[in-house]
Formats: sequence, structure tokens, C-alpha cells
Amino acid sequence: MNKIFLVARREFLSRVQKKTFLLTTILLPLIIFVFYALIIYFSVKTNDNLHIAVADEANILNGKINSRDDISFDIIKNESLESLNKSLEQKKYDGYIFIPSTYNLMGKDSLQLKSNKAIGIITREKIQKSFDDVLEEKRLLSLNISKAQLDSIQHSNNRIQFATISGKSDDNTKAGISYAVGYISGFLIYIILFIYGTMVMRGVMEEKMNRIAEVIVSSVKPFQLMMGKITGIGAVGLVQFIIWIVLVFGLQLLLPLLFPDLLHQMQGQPIQPAGIQAAQAAQQLKANGGMNELMNSLHQINFTLIIGCFIFYFLGGYLLYSSLFAAVGSAVNEDPQDAQSLLLPITMPIIFAIVIMTKAVNEPNSGLAVFGSLFPLTSPIVMMARIAHGIPEGVTLWELLLSMALLIGGFMGTTWVAGKIYRTAILMYGKKITWKEMWKWAVRKS
Amino acid sequence: MSKILELQQLRKYYATQKAVDDISFNITKGSIFGLLGPNGAGKTTLLRMITGIFYPDSGEIILDGKKFDPINDIVKIGYMPEERGLYKKMKIGEQALYLAQLKGLSRSEAMEKIKFWFSRLEMESWWNKKVEDLSKGMSQKLQFVITVLHEPKLIILDEPFSGLDPVNANLIKDEIYGLAQRGSTVIFSTHRMEQVEEICDHIVLMNLGKKILDGTVADVKQQFKENKFSIKLHEIPALTTNESFEIVDQKANAFTVKIKEGFRSNDVLQFFLQQNVTVEGFNEILPSLNDIFIQLVEGTKSVSRAFQPIQS
Repeated sequence: MNKIFLVARREFLSRVQKKTFLLTTILLPLIIFVFYALIIYFSVKTNDNLHIAVADEANILNGKINSRDDISFDIIKNESLESLNKSLEQKKYDGYIFIPSTYNLMGKDSLQLKSNKAIGIITREKIQKSFDDVLEEKRLLSLNISKAQLDSIQHSNNRIQFATISGKSDDNTKAGISYAVGYISGFLIYIILFIYGTMVMRGVMEEKMNRIAEVIVSSVKPFQLMMGKITGIGAVGLVQFIIWIVLVFGLQLLLPLLFPDLLHQMQGQPIQPAGIQAAQAAQQLKANGGMNELMNSLHQINFTLIIGCFIFYFLGGYLLYSSLFAAVGSAVNEDPQDAQSLLLPITMPIIFAIVIMTKAVNEPNSGLAVFGSLFPLTSPIVMMARIAHGIPEGVTLWELLLSMALLIGGFMGTTWVAGKIYRTAILMYGKKITWKEMWKWAVRKS
Repeated sequence: MSKILELQQLRKYYATQKAVDDISFNITKGSIFGLLGPNGAGKTTLLRMITGIFYPDSGEIILDGKKFDPINDIVKIGYMPEERGLYKKMKIGEQALYLAQLKGLSRSEAMEKIKFWFSRLEMESWWNKKVEDLSKGMSQKLQFVITVLHEPKLIILDEPFSGLDPVNANLIKDEIYGLAQRGSTVIFSTHRMEQVEEICDHIVLMNLGKKILDGTVADVKQQFKENKFSIKLHEIPALTTNESFEIVDQKANAFTVKIKEGFRSNDVLQFFLQQNVTVEGFNEILPSLNDIFIQLVEGTKSVSRAFQPIQS
């Protein structure tokens, strides 16, 4: 036990004391933060004001269409197509929409916008929305629905309130946040498994290639050496992670300060996938009355449970996979390329887990999600997607406990198997080791 | 003399080969013991069993009178494997400290011993250097210090002199003598016979996983002597043939003779003295360990890892 601690301490200190550790730990979240800030900034900001002429020959709009922040519509009359084209060429407008006098409001004719340069997809949506709004209103009016009736229709609330039997509300804001939390935490565990798993593998390879393995193995059991390495690197991961969480929460608080009108601008804008969750949440936020709603939804999400489970599944998944990575590292000889082919059977379930996770985050109770969250090789990733939806909405308590028990059993199993492979392979030089041989070592009696 | 290590019918078979096949021998306390054998004879496997890295398939290892217990006895053993290395990026002082602590020394104990050995071998200035800055010979020296630091009762050195210049090799050799004098036992595995002849008290020769020779260096030489003598005469005598010997080699007035069975060295001397030739030198030629080694091993076609196949 004491020796495992000695090995772990060396592994921990030799990594934490490196300059690169400080750099990656502090710079990485900063870079990610800046990256996301830039994405949000550019997707929110449209720098040019679009000036669009609407030649309403049919007089459908009654001389009135609402301009938006960055798109202004000008209603003009009595201009021919030629003169419109001419003014377009002279850059008097950025584009024009010609509504011919024959335009039938209830017909199937579509309007056309001509512009002298391509219009961005977000702006197109906005123009479409402006016309949808105004044309819809005109159509309703033409069906003899009065303005007052229309207003009352529009103001009546037909939004469905989702709730679960446990009495908690399950509105879209919460669903959106659960989705995002589940997705992000599942993905984080995926990344962690890979980063720290390969770190363990490279550590083992280094020891083998340096030829220090035999020196150490003569004073420490190979299993102790392996466990020490896994524990030490796991501790590095945990420390790194805590720093990241602190940094990310800190920076999150900074975000609204940097972009004060961010939420405001996001309203009604279809943002491309990167920001889709944030946009939806923001949209919802606006619709349902602002900050209080968001805070309510955040309160609905049990963060203590999520963070607790995250740490459990992070450690469990790490322990489960890192011993396998260690076994692979011990089997690699001079050629690091060998590692690639040996790694494949380990990376497959991780990738499989990510695929299940993307499904489970939408449907936390589907059969696939239940299987994925119980099976120890996939549960660290998949379970996070389900837990984000809460207990018992996303996952029942007994499923969670069973999954945890299976994970503990799973990592004890892989550690035991990997330990046997490691013990033999670490002293094996000059011979390429195949999976078949590793399997033989794993199952033979000691 | 009491025994530090007894091996009894030790066996270790790999999937297709017998790496160590029924080996027994004893090592006396305080002796310097040579374990010899060609490449792939099973020496490393045997040493790994003695150090507890491998478990024998059958047989007993008795260390210091008790059955060997790999977990607790590790501190009694210092092992310098042939495949040796150090963490390249770690500072030398820290590395020595770490490895000493792994052997079971406390931090302060380890510190004290490292300081002692570093000053003894003039390595104090190395403390903050990294291993990658050391030459091969220097890291070899460091490796030796790490092996003997915790004053083990049994020191096992696999090819300790490879890569050392003569000055450093002598330094290490003196340390080995010193350690033996202070009561440690040294097992010394090599295929450099001249070093064995110089250092070892007792040798065991292995080939194909089996012990083929066991004894003190002097005994072994006696066992393999061919009754050859070199004789140097003042002038070449008229008569050089006699029933008691035959001449194997002649270089001017120096002869190598082989004494025939039933005769003694005195018969040869008498023959020359009767002719009134001055004998300037006369001594027995004992075979070198190198010759014995080659004689025993040659023809067995052991290339590498040439253990005996298992007959099923």
C-alpha cells in the first residue's frame, strides 16, 4: 500500500511540477472560452445594415412593414422593374422585393428578393419572418378577422406546460438545460478517458522503453507499480479538473459582463448548431419572463447530484479504462505504432458509448440508453446523459445504484485482467505481442 | 560457512521452452559468486526468480535460512538487471531517493545513504542533473549505487561492467570486493570470463537451462586441466623426445609439453636435467575459464534463447 503511494506520488509530482501542466491547465479553458466567445459574438453580430426596397405595386402592405435592428425596409411606389434594377446597380439599395400589382394574397405566388450581393442565411430568415408576420396578419384580416380578434388569438397562451408525475415542472428551459448538461458532461468524460488513459499508456511505455521497469519491479510488485501509476495520474486529472471547473465557473460569470446585450440579441435568432442550446434556452427565457425562469429551471436541476455522479463516473470510468490502457502500454515494444492497433479494441466501446450518449440525452429512458448506462464499459459516458434529466425522470434510483455497482465490479475486473497482462508484458522485450497472447496471459492461472 | 542462498530443483518452463530446468546450488555468505552461461542460457530467468520477479514453477528458494518471501525479503536484495535504465527526465538525486524509498528505506535514511555513496564515488555534483545529461558509464555508476544503497545482504549484478571504462570498472570492482568484505554476498552474472576469473570465488555454469558446472574457480580449473606445462630451457637440447611427454608447441627454446598418463612433472624435468640443460622456467598451464566455457558450450548450438524444447 505504502509503495503504491510512493509510486503515485512520483507520478503526480513529476507531472504537476512540469511547466506544461500549468500551461494546459490554465490556458486551455481560456482558449476554449475565447473561442466560444468569438463564435457567439460573430454569430450574434451582423455587421452590415441591410437596406431593402419594397415595391408594393399591389398595395398589400398598406405602406407599413416593420423594420428590424439591422434590416430596414423602404416602401416605394410607382417604380418599374427597370428603374429598380438601376437603383440596385447604383447601390441605392442592397436589394428589392417587387410585389406585382397582380399579386394575390391568398394565392400561391411567391415573392422574389433581388440583391446585388449574397445575403447571409440568418438575415434571410429575418427577412422571411418579417414578411411572414405582416402577410399572415393581412391574410387573417382578409378573412374578416378583426384586429381585436387577432390580438386576442395571439395573446391567448397555447403553450403546453410539461410536468412529470413527481410534481416537478419539466418545461423546455429545463429540458434544454438538461440536454446541454448531459451532453457536455458525457462528452467531458469521453475526453477524460482518452486524455488520461493515453497518459497512463505513455507512462507505461516510457518505463518499458527506458528499461527502468525491471529495476523498479525488483523492489515493487508490478501490480503496485501499475496501480501507483494509475492513481497518480488520476490525481493529476482530478486536480486539473477542479482547476478547470473553478475557472469555467469564473469565466461564465464574466460572459454577460463582456456581452451585456448578448441575451437580448439572441432572441428570435436561429443560431447555428454550436450555440443552439444556448439560443433555445435564451429564447425560452425571453418568452417566459426572463431571469427568474432561468434561475427556477437551474434550481430544478440537481447540480449536487450531477457533480457528485460526474466525479464518481469520471473516477470509475478512468479506473476501468486506464488499467486497460496500461496493459496496452506494457505490450508495446520499440515501435509506438504498435500501440495504434492494440488500442482499437479499447477505443471501440468508448466511441460506441458516445453514440449511445447522443441518443440517451434525448430519450433518457429508451432501451438503448438503459443498457448503455448499466454496461460498465459505456456507463460512465451514457449515465451522465440520463442523470442530467434528474431522478426519477431520467433514471431511477435503483438503475443508478445498479450501474454504480456494475462499474465498481467492472473496474475491479479490468484491473485484475490488466494486471496479469501487465506483469508479463512489461519485461518482455524485442517481441511483438499480439492480442491473442495478451488474452492467454489474462486467463491463465497465476 | 553458512549459506545465504540455497536453490533446490528450481524450474521455470515457458510455453515452448525450459528456461530453467532443475537447477540447485548454494551460495556461501560473503562470497562473490559467478553465474556464467552463454546468451539465452536462462541466467536472467534464474535471477528474476531469485529476486522475486518471477515465481518458479517448482522448487525452493531459501534465503538466509528461511523460505524466500518476495514481498518482505525484497529489502535484503539489490538487483541490477541487464536491461537497466532510469527515468531520463528526473533529477538524479530525486531518482536515487525515490528508488531507495521503494526499497523500503525511510526518506531520511535514504538521504543519508545517498550522500554517503555519492561522496564516496565522487558524484555529489550530479544531484540536480538529469539522467539524460549523463554518459552511459556515468549512469551505470549511478545504477550501481542505487543497487547497493540499501546495504542488501545479497547483491545481484547482471553484466555490471558493460559500458564502463577501465578506471570506472576498477572502481566498481573495488566496491564489489569491499561489499563482500563487509558481509554482503555478490552474485555476478556475465559472459566475460576474464572478469570472473579475477573476481569470483565460486562459479556455476549454465547452458540450455541446466547447470553444467559448479565449483570454485581453482577446482574447476583443476578439473579441466590437461597436464600441460610450459618449460623454458637455456638452449635447445639435442634430445627432445621421451616416453613421459610429448611436445605440443615449440617457440625457440620455450616448449609446451603434455605429460602422458602415468608420468609426473618430475619425469620431464629429470629428462632435461640429465642432458645438462639449464631449466629457466617450468610451470603448469591451467586452462582459462574461457577455454573451459568454450569447450563446454561449443557444439550445443545455442544461438539465442536456445532452451531445450519440451517433449510432449
